[in-house]
Order: sequence, then C-alpha cells, then structure tokens
Amino acid sequence: MGSDQYHEPPDELPAETRTFARLCASLTEEAEAIGWYEQRLAVESDRSAAAIMRDAQGEEFKHFCMDLEFLLRRTPLWRDIARGILFQEGDIVEHGEEAEEAAVEGAAEQGAPVAGSDSLGVGSLKGAPH
Amino acid sequence: MSHLLREHAPITAAGWERIDQEARERLTPGLAARKLVDFSGPLGWQYSATSLGRIEPVKKVPFDGITAVRRRVLPLVELRADFALSRGELADGDRGAEDVDFGSLDAAAKNLVIAENTAVFHGWPAAGILGMAEVSTQKPIPLGDDCAKYPRHVAAAVDALRSEGIAGPYGVALGPAAHQRVLETSEHGGYPLLEHLREIVDGSLVWSPGVNGAVVMSLRGGDFLFESGEDISVGFDRLEGEAVHLYLEESFTFRVVTPEAAVSLTG
Repeated sequence: MGSDQYHEPPDELPAETRTFARLCASLTEEAEAIGWYEQRLAVESDRSAAAIMRDAQGEEFKHFCMDLEFLLRRTPLWRDIARGILFQEGDIVEHGEEAEEAAVEGAAEQGAPVAGSDSLGVGSLKGAPH
Repeated sequence: MSHLLREHAPITAAGWERIDQEARERLTPGLAARKLVDFSGPLGWQYSATSLGRIEPVKKVPFDGITAVRRRVLPLVELRADFALSRGELADGDRGAEDVDFGSLDAAAKNLVIAENTAVFHGWPAAGILGMAEVSTQKPIPLGDDCAKYPRHVAAAVDALRSEGIAGPYGVALGPAAHQRVLETSEHGGYPLLEHLREIVDGSLVWSPGVNGAVVMSLRGGDFLFESGEDISVGFDRLEGEAVHLYLEESFTFRVVTPEAAVSLTG
C-alpha cells in the first residue's frame, strides 16, 4: 500500500519526486473526502450531525488547499496556469486554454525545468535585470 | 535517483533549498550569455550532441560499390565546479543561522559563470566551441581605456552590423573592466554614459565576467544558439570528515549561425 502512489519504482525516483507524489496522493484523498462529506450532508437530516460533518468538511477544504499550494510552489508551470484560472470571473474553459498557452510558451522560452528536476532552473535570462 | 546523487548527501531538504538558492543568487547576475543569446533546453543529462544537419566524407570505404558520408554533430561539453561545505555550517543553517558560510560555493559559481561566458563570447577550441568574437567576420574595433570614445566605438559597431543587413535591437556584453569604467563615467552635463550607450544599441548592456573588452551583437534572435543539456545543478560527490564535497554542473554547447551578427570591441 505504501508504494501504491508511485507509478515508477520508488528506488529510482529522486526524494523531491517522491515527496511530490505523496502530496499529489494526499490532494486526491482530500478531494475524495470533500465529495464524500458533500454526499453525507445531502442526505443527513440530523442538524447536529450535519454541523459536525460540515466542520469536518471545512478541515478537508483546508487540507486540500495546503496540499495544492505546496504543489504549486514546487511547480512554477502549474502555478502559472493556476494563476490564470483560479479566482477569475468568466468562462473557465477559455481561461484554461489561455493560461496554458501563455504559461507553456513562457516556460519554453525561459528554459524551465520539468517538474521534479534537480536543476536550479536558471534557464534563459533574457529580460532579467543586468 | 539522478546521477547527481543528492539523496546520498547528509543534507536536509531545507539545507538543499538553501544551497540551491545561494547558487541561483550567485550565478544569475553574471550569466551574461543567457541574457543575450538564444537559449534552448534543458534537454536532459542524457542529451549528448546537437545535430548540425551537415555531413563529412568518410575517406576510406572498404566495400565495393559503396560511397559513404558521416553526419556532423556538435557534442555537448560537461562543466563541473567543485566545492565543499562544512557539515557544522549546514547544521547551523538548519538551526536557523542566517550567515551560513557558502564561500566555497560562491567561488565555484564565479568559476562556472566565467567559463560559460568565455566559451560563448571567446570560444573554447578544445571543447569544440567557437566563440562569437573569434568567428565574427566583422573587423574588430579597439575599445581602449578612454571612455569618452566608447559611444563612438559602439555606434561604429552598430553601424557595421546594420550595413551587413543585421537588424536590431542590439546588445553589448561588457567585460568587467569596461563595465566599471562605463558605470563610473558621466558625460558632459552629467548624463550617465551607460544610458547613452543603451540608447545607441536600443537594447541591453550586460556585465559579462569572462569577456575581454566587449562584444556588440544583434538580439533579433536566430544568430547565436546556446543549447542546454542539463541546466546548472548541484550534485553530491563525497563526504570527507566534516566536509561535504559537492559540485555545480551543467552540459551545453554553443554555436554561431551568423558570424557577421557580432562585432568584437577588443580590450
């Protein structure tokens, strides 16, 4: 069970990638829990029980957001795409397409490292201060 | 596990973050080539050579009825700058010390910066890299020590590029000595020389450790190609008593596509 979250042999993965995978698994579990509480709340008629479950679901919201923030901090490309989609008014799909295009093109121009790379991510410095 | 063997080092995750951050901060100001030439990659540690799309003859073909040619490639060069950190200093960093001694890392970063810039601007024949100053077909312009003449020299270089049909904007890689002279100089009326030179080139003036004199070049793109295999990374070598031996490493190659797109201002 402990290594189910890995798609590749854990021994061959860098420590940073194993941590990344653990947090991805945690994010998935928090999202599942949020969905389960949503279903329980939809059918619960006892107000006290519903209040406890609503409180518990709030905890899962917090855990999900902390996991997500950790992953975004470790993955600049993901963060750039998220920035174009999250907390925006308007068409989500449209924002998604635009954010992906801008972020991927920008990353390619800057020589961004792939997720989990050990590189310092210096890449291109065109446009950097002199 | 990557070939950098970072997991084998007696360094905490927070320690690695501090080392990487220090390296980034020390490298970025001086990596002049990356501020002026086209950068592609990183293409990975296993990437070994750039295809040049050209062939060379194979002189001896010991088979009847067969002719043969061989593809030409430009192999990547691996650069490595060793340094060592004290385990005690790293432990103090984990305790919250803000003044961890990274002197050895800083010196290694400086060496790597100078090596990368020198290879790009002046070449490194033994590694198969031809620098932009040495392959330029433009006549070199003596730069000299007299800053009052710098605008004239830079303008002459820009003029030479334009006359060959090389469009701007243009940039200048200024060696440390020339850069310092420019920074210290104001023209008549107090106008900074740096700003005057920027206006002439309509682009960037970049402090370039490793550059002798200066190089004026087009920034239009497509003329100077830096190809990165593994971008600069920190790896673990060995543990020796109190010292953790690490290294900065990168693999890259560089080639000039348009030799007339740069003018060397000789120091």
